[in-house]
Amino acid sequence: MSDQSKVARFEEIALPHLGAAYNLARWMVHNEPDAEDIVQDAYLRAFKFFKGYYGGDSRTWLLTIVRNTCYTWLQRNRLVRLTDPLDDNFDERETEVPDPEMLLIQRIDSEIVRSALQELPVEFREVVVLREMEGLSYKEIANVVDIPIGTVMSRLKRGRTRLHALLASRMGKEASIELSTNA
Amino acid sequence: MSCQQTRDLIHGYLDGELDLMKSLEIESHLKDCQVCAQTYKEMRGLQSAVGNSAVRFDPPANLESRLHSALKRESEPDSRTAMMRWRWLVAGVSLIAVVAAIWLVVAMLTRESSGEVLAQEIVSSHVRSLMADHLTDVPSSDRHTVKPWFDGKLDFSPPVKDLSQQGFNLNGGRLDYIGNRPVAALVYQRGRHSINVFVWPSSETAMNDRMSVSQGYNLIRWTNSGMAYWVVSDLNLAELQQFVQLLKEQSQARM
Repeated sequence: MSDQSKVARFEEIALPHLGAAYNLARWMVHNEPDAEDIVQDAYLRAFKFFKGYYGGDSRTWLLTIVRNTCYTWLQRNRLVRLTDPLDDNFDERETEVPDPEMLLIQRIDSEIVRSALQELPVEFREVVVLREMEGLSYKEIANVVDIPIGTVMSRLKRGRTRLHALLASRMGKEASIELSTNA
Repeated sequence: MSCQQTRDLIHGYLDGELDLMKSLEIESHLKDCQVCAQTYKEMRGLQSAVGNSAVRFDPPANLESRLHSALKRESEPDSRTAMMRWRWLVAGVSLIAVVAAIWLVVAMLTRESSGEVLAQEIVSSHVRSLMADHLTDVPSSDRHTVKPWFDGKLDFSPPVKDLSQQGFNLNGGRLDYIGNRPVAALVYQRGRHSINVFVWPSSETAMNDRMSVSQGYNLIRWTNSGMAYWVVSDLNLAELQQFVQLLKEQSQARM
């Protein structure tokens, strides 16, 4: 009886964030079945630690668990080298797009955005997803990713700049026709 | 504000993370600087492109129900293991209780039966001693003859009493074998009734008289001062009890 009510209480708090949880996992591991497994794994872990949850921001709490579960999965599948420390002070002005005029990003097909975002290193991808798609504040992102707020901004800057470059090159090749018809 | 600073802070501005002062500075710089204004436009475009709901991945429709059943499964094993634990506990306690009960019953039975077996042996020995006309090995009414006779034949010295004054004549002593050990048998006579007194050392605690009847013979047994006594005779119980009483008094007087 109490187990049933515990499940109900947990679901009441955790299920509203299912969309955000799945989206984050899906962006981090790149495929649906694994994202589903990770979300399930993360929810079961969250349920296990539910006793330790005393209110507060349930979305940040849950997304932190989802993200950590993703990293465990990525490490297990050797898809990310976490031993490589990320240089957050690296300047990437050289990757900036030479001709920004051609980027009419608002009209870009979402599939192109997806494939470009897919190519972003996971450390940038996660902050971009959390910021642009889930609308998390810097503080919330800092909590989920476990980095200082200043690092959140610098990663967003680098992530966006890279993404912009990726999109520009894609637009130049694949989507030029579509762009010209739109224009 | 410089372009370099602006390029850094433009993201905070974009995300509404800057304080009012910084925001105003950025805004005034963007008004003056075409390059930074362009960057800002691009980034805003990028933001809306990535933020487009079509870029998001929506969870499959069945994921929620899948989670629900996974959570139910996860919460059930807990109660099941708790139940199992309870069951094991109950089973364990029951088992202990049953074992204890069996042990008690067996202990009582074996105790009872060992007493019974012994009584049977005593009676058999008594009857045999009468039938085979082998009542005594050392026929003597003198306890000073009877008692030393046992020396070297037993690893203990049986108390031999002279109760002739009270009408229980000592007939002698005999070596016998009861309960897998050699014992002393002292033979007394009351009228035409023979009384066999079996004596051997016992580790049992002192025990008061216990009377029983086996095959028509009266038996009285007791334990005292590390010695087990069994008295058997066809003498009536009252006189046999009197004999036992005398035997005990004599022993105490001697001590």
